[in-house]
Amino acid sequence: MSNQDPETGSFFPRDRSWHPKAFTPDYKTSVVRSPQKALISFPNTISEITGPVFGHNILGELDHDLIRNFASPGESAIGERIIVHGRVLDERGRGVPGALIEVWQANAGGRYRHKNEGYVAPLDPNFGGCGRTITNQDGAYEFRTVKPGPYPWPNGVNDWRPAHIHFSLFGAGFAQRLITQMYFEGDPLIPLCPIVNAISDERAIEQLVAPLDMANTVPMDARAYKFDIVLRGRRSSLFENKLEGN
Amino acid sequence: MAQSLNRLKESAAQTAGPYVHIGCTPNFLGMTGVFPEDLGHSMVNDKTKGERITITGHVFDGTATPLKDALLEIWQADAGGLYNSPSELRGSADPNFTGWGRQPTDLGTGVFSFETIKPGRVPFGDGRLQAAHISFYIVARGINLGLNTRMYFGDEEEANGKDPILGRVEHKVRVPTLIAPRQGNTYTFEIHLQGDRETIFFDI
Repeated sequence: MSNQDPETGSFFPRDRSWHPKAFTPDYKTSVVRSPQKALISFPNTISEITGPVFGHNILGELDHDLIRNFASPGESAIGERIIVHGRVLDERGRGVPGALIEVWQANAGGRYRHKNEGYVAPLDPNFGGCGRTITNQDGAYEFRTVKPGPYPWPNGVNDWRPAHIHFSLFGAGFAQRLITQMYFEGDPLIPLCPIVNAISDERAIEQLVAPLDMANTVPMDARAYKFDIVLRGRRSSLFENKLEGN
Repeated sequence: MAQSLNRLKESAAQTAGPYVHIGCTPNFLGMTGVFPEDLGHSMVNDKTKGERITITGHVFDGTATPLKDALLEIWQADAGGLYNSPSELRGSADPNFTGWGRQPTDLGTGVFSFETIKPGRVPFGDGRLQAAHISFYIVARGINLGLNTRMYFGDEEEANGKDPILGRVEHKVRVPTLIAPRQGNTYTFEIHLQGDRETIFFDI
């Protein structure tokens, strides 16, 4: 661990024009689930600056291997074997160590293992679809899985989600909490997706698309995709008001 | 021209979707054997200091229908007003209290429930004490960017009246949307995403 005291500066304000708006009517479910009144802003207090931090002791040996963590002994999930790796950074470009990453996804046929899921594509008895890991001192992480399939969803008559992996991230403070999705380079469904298009800035969408990373591909085994995630940065000024207020 | 600030942009959020439980509460779904227990399921143990309380409620959409696919997380101080976090520099929090909880709304009824303790008060930036509160983070299908709000305690009327965050709310008629009434040891926090009783959500 680092010898430095943890930083406790306020987080940079969230750029809400970069994030999707709450009310995005082409994504129909957002219509009755989007707050309509203005958000109330206030400066970070210790309640927002602090946050839960998880130790590597919570992790099981196969937590970051979705190909095997639900499979029967000796079996493995069906599908295109991939490694997803990258770094968790903050807006200052610094790696975020110790960040818990949780992922979930459909199987190779586009089917989720969930009680409410009714897509005709079959379940894979050896694929659960959840995994987790914690970033190292440089903010780096990796996990192994199969490439999820696209799937249809009831929004428009013929809407299909591009292949994606859901990501949940914890930084050092509760105000950094973020849930997003990773897409795959070259997927023609990305520009057609109402959930993707809830984001209005093309550059913000590109930031969620992982490129194929041939350099990190394991020959004769698994292709690699690189996905960096950026969490809110924080002020580091010595002149910030002390939390104690004196 | 000037130097670049060399800042990155925070990754844009996307909805947690209807299947958030697979990644965050797989045991709740009956997907056992991958993780020993769902993270955030238990906040307290026998040694935790403080008054045991239950927090329960619903998350209602704009048609007053409870969400049955939402996930809520809470973050709070211990009974002494300290957070169990490396960023807490004022002292050491109760090691038997995580301060962080995560619960899905029930797939059938939409009810959520947390077993926790009543938190102590923590300071605002200028040193004044905030009223006791619990921070909430809410995600679900149809919510593009997770929602932040706070719950305050109905039996802390005096402290609530002097709270620096509640004091920033221009339309005082909305303040009660953040205050959970107490009955026995249970506080009921009903969250409304829209409508006359729309909960105050914060840009933190």
